[in-house]
Amino acid sequence: MISAKKINIHYDRKQVIYDLCMDINEGEIISIIGPNGSGKSTILKALSRLIKPSNGVAYLNGYDIQKLPTREVAKRLSILSQHNHSPADCTVRDLVSYGRMPYKKWYEFKNKYDDEVVDWAINVTKLTSLADRFISTLSGGERQRAWIAMTLAQKTKVLMLDEPTTYLDISHQLEVMELLYEINRKYRVTIIMVLHDLNQASKYSDRIFVINKGRLVMQGSPHKVITKRMLRDVYNIEAQITIDKTTSKPMFFAISPLKGYEDNIIRIKEAK
Amino acid sequence: MSAQNAAVNMNLKSRSIKRIIVYIVEIVLLITLVLVSLRFGSVNYSLKQIIDALTIGSDFTVRTIILNIRLPRTILAVFVGANLAISGALLQSVLRNPLASPGVIGVTSGASLAAIIIMLVFPELTALVPFVAFLGGMIATFLVFILSWRQGISAVRIVLAGVAINAILGGGTSMLSVLYSDRIQGILMWVNGSLAGKSWNQVEILLPYTVIGLIIAVFETGVANALQLGDDTAKNLGVRVNLARVILSMTAAFLTGISVAVVGLIGFIGLIVPHISRLLVGSDYRFMLPSSAILGANLLVLADMVARTAFSPIELPVGIIMALVGGPFFLYLLRKVRGYGS
Repeated sequence: MISAKKINIHYDRKQVIYDLCMDINEGEIISIIGPNGSGKSTILKALSRLIKPSNGVAYLNGYDIQKLPTREVAKRLSILSQHNHSPADCTVRDLVSYGRMPYKKWYEFKNKYDDEVVDWAINVTKLTSLADRFISTLSGGERQRAWIAMTLAQKTKVLMLDEPTTYLDISHQLEVMELLYEINRKYRVTIIMVLHDLNQASKYSDRIFVINKGRLVMQGSPHKVITKRMLRDVYNIEAQITIDKTTSKPMFFAISPLKGYEDNIIRIKEAK
Repeated sequence: MSAQNAAVNMNLKSRSIKRIIVYIVEIVLLITLVLVSLRFGSVNYSLKQIIDALTIGSDFTVRTIILNIRLPRTILAVFVGANLAISGALLQSVLRNPLASPGVIGVTSGASLAAIIIMLVFPELTALVPFVAFLGGMIATFLVFILSWRQGISAVRIVLAGVAINAILGGGTSMLSVLYSDRIQGILMWVNGSLAGKSWNQVEILLPYTVIGLIIAVFETGVANALQLGDDTAKNLGVRVNLARVILSMTAAFLTGISVAVVGLIGFIGLIVPHISRLLVGSDYRFMLPSSAILGANLLVLADMVARTAFSPIELPVGIIMALVGGPFFLYLLRKVRGYGS
C-alpha cells in the first residue's frame, strides 16, 4: 500500500537518505527506529509527500505520491508531526473539525455527516467529556489524543506519526500507544510511526525498520530486529534482551555504552 | 465531571454570545462614529441637520457640505480602514508572525516610491498617482515573493526579503526627497496618508475593488485558519501551502495597494486592528476577519475625525494620528494583556 523505490534525499547538498526501498502492507503497524539524526523523520516526510525526494519514488496505492493532488493525498493518508501548535482559543472540537477540510471545497460548509465523523473521532480518542475545552488547557496526553482525533476525522487508511509519545510521561505514552493499537486493529488503519522507545516499538509493531546514517539497515518482526547485535551496531550500546512474558515480544535493558562510544563522541565534536 | 462540563458548555455558549455582542457593539459604534464625523468640521452641524441632509434634504449649503464633502470622505475612511485591517489579518496568518502588517511584503514602500517618482519628478502626471502607486505596490510584492522563493516559500524568507526590498525602496524614496527637496511640500500629505479633499470620485474608484477584495478574503478564512496550525499540518489537511501563501498575500497586497493608491500611506491599522479583534472574538478567522474589517473602519473614521479637528483649521495627515496613537496602544497591548504575545 505504501512503498519507497530507491529514494535519495538531500538537504541542500548534504545527502541524508540513501537508496531507500521499503514496502508496507495494508493494516500493518510499522515502527521506524534509529539513533538521533539517522533520518527517520525525513523518511516519514518523504512517504507522506511533505518533502520531495531528490530522486526515487514514494508510492501510495500504486500511485507516485508526488503526482497526486495534495487534497487527494489528504483523504488517503494523514500525518501528525512531532511539534504541533494550535491557537490558544481552539477547542478540541474545533481542531478535530479541521480533519474534514480535505473533503470540503472552498465554498462548502460542514454537513451532518462531517459532524458525525468528528463525533466519532472524538469518541474513539475518549475526549467526549473534553470536546469543548481549549486545547491549550489540556494535559500533554490529552492534547496528543486531540491531534490524533483530527487525523482520524480525515478518515484515511494510513496514519503516520512522528514520535507521538516523546514529550509525554509514561502513563500518557502507554495511553497513546494503546489508542493507536486500537485504531489499527479495530478500524484497519495502517500505522507508520517514528519511535524512540525501542521497547514500545517492539511491543506494538508488526514490523520494525531500522535506520542508521540515512540507510535502511534492518527490517522485520520485533524478534528479528531487537537483538544484541543491532543494539551494538546501530546504537553503540551493550544490552541484554529478554522476552516479555505478557506480550512474548523481545525487550532490552541497556547495560553500558560500548567502548569507543566516548571516542565517537569526541570525534564527532572535533569534526564539527 | 458533569459540573465541569456544564461550566465548559457555559463558557462556549458565552463565547458565541460574546461574539454576537462584540459585533453589535462594533457596528453601533461605527454608525455612531460616522454620524459624529459628519457633524464635525470647519462648521459643526446638529444631528437633525445631518439626518435631514441625508434624507429629505434641507438647506442647500448644509446638504452640499455633508453629501459632497464629508460623506464621501467618511465612506472612504470606512473602506480604507476595513481594507488595511483585513490585509494585515491575512498577512499575520500567511507569515505566522504577529508583527506582520501590509508594510512587510513591500506593497506600501513600492507604492510610495512609485507615487513619489510621479509627484516629484513628473508632477505634470500627478493624476496618474493612484494607478502608478497601485502598480508599484504590486510589483514590489511580486519582487518580494520571487526573491523569497526557494523550493517553495517559507514565512521567514518572505519577511527577510520584505525587509530587504523595503530598505532599498525606502532608500530610493529618501534619495528623491533630497534631490527634489524644493517640491517636497506637495508629497507630505500623501506620504503621511490623508483623506483631505477626497470626493465621490475616489469612492467610485475604491468601491468595486474593495467589494471584490473583501469577498475574496471571506472565502480565504478556512485556509487562513489552517495555516495557523503550521505548514505541515496544513499540508496534511490538503492545503497547497505555497499556493495558499501566494494567493492570500496577493489578496492582502491588492487590498492595501488600492487603499494606498487612493489615500496615501496609513500605517498601524493593519498591524494593531487584527490583534484587538483577536482579543475580542478569538483567533478563528471566520469571526476575526469580519470583526477586523469593522474595527478598522471604526479606527480610521475616528482617526480622520481627530486629524481634521484637533488643530483646526490646520489638518493633520491621518497617518500621523495613527502612528501617534497606534504605537502607544500597541505597547499597552503588549504589556497589559496577560499572556499576549507568548
